[in-house]
Amino acid sequence: MIPTTYAVARIEADPTLPIIRITRDFAATPAQLHRAHTDPELFARWVGPRSLQTRIEEWDARTGGCWRYVASREGVEFGFHGTFHEIRPDRIVQTFTFDGDPDGVALETLRFEDLGDGRTRLHAQSLVDSFEGRDAWLRSGMESGINEGYDTLAELMTDGAL
Amino acid sequence: MDQLSRVFAALADPTRRDLLARLSVADATVGQLAAPYDITVQAVSKHVKVLQDAGLISRDGPSHRRPVHLEAEVFDLMTRWIEHYRLQAEDRYRRLDAVLATMDDAGTTNPPRQESA
Repeated sequence: MIPTTYAVARIEADPTLPIIRITRDFAATPAQLHRAHTDPELFARWVGPRSLQTRIEEWDARTGGCWRYVASREGVEFGFHGTFHEIRPDRIVQTFTFDGDPDGVALETLRFEDLGDGRTRLHAQSLVDSFEGRDAWLRSGMESGINEGYDTLAELMTDGAL
Repeated sequence: MDQLSRVFAALADPTRRDLLARLSVADATVGQLAAPYDITVQAVSKHVKVLQDAGLISRDGPSHRRPVHLEAEVFDLMTRWIEHYRLQAEDRYRRLDAVLATMDDAGTTNPPRQESA
């Protein structure tokens, strides 16, 4: 029952560490996938939702280099920054911080697994520094229409239902 | 481990997702749940315990003969939350698909840019 293809993104959380893993297959070579992650012009084209403009402010995609980009929508800006800890053809390790939560830092490891025939499996892992941090991070993506869901969840937890 | 992590761990397993899908139709005992699978009742019982610890299902008492009940409210909330996150990732990767589709073999002929020392 274990899926052998990941045509759509599969997500899993490590039960013992505050890690989220996402696995996804692409019709591209590892080199192409690598380039889409390290070329700032290409990266800006896919990283953010279409409703956001992505502006790369710093981008030094080599081991030890730093990056910073700003996503904006109708004058509201969200900045993100980090460093490229290590860049290799089959692996990118980088830190990730949202300006709005400067004490929070995620360690992201991307691995490009060559499946042959021009296909590559992306293994993306994000490690944050606490389970609370992971929850907060997940919640941060829930801006539209789902926040009431979190409020309900908080109520359930307060009520001892969870 | 916190609650969300337990739910994540519980939902990560395809057998447990299948169990939840069946419980969304009707309550069932562990024996009934185990019937369609090639795995033992004991193995299903372990899956049920994981789901129970995550708050996704409940049972009136410890006996295996008691029917297992889906906690629909918790289940809906958690799956919506996690699914939303997953869909955001999937949306991002569909945009990446589109970018990759525009690339020729440059990815292979032009190795990732190297900064000159």
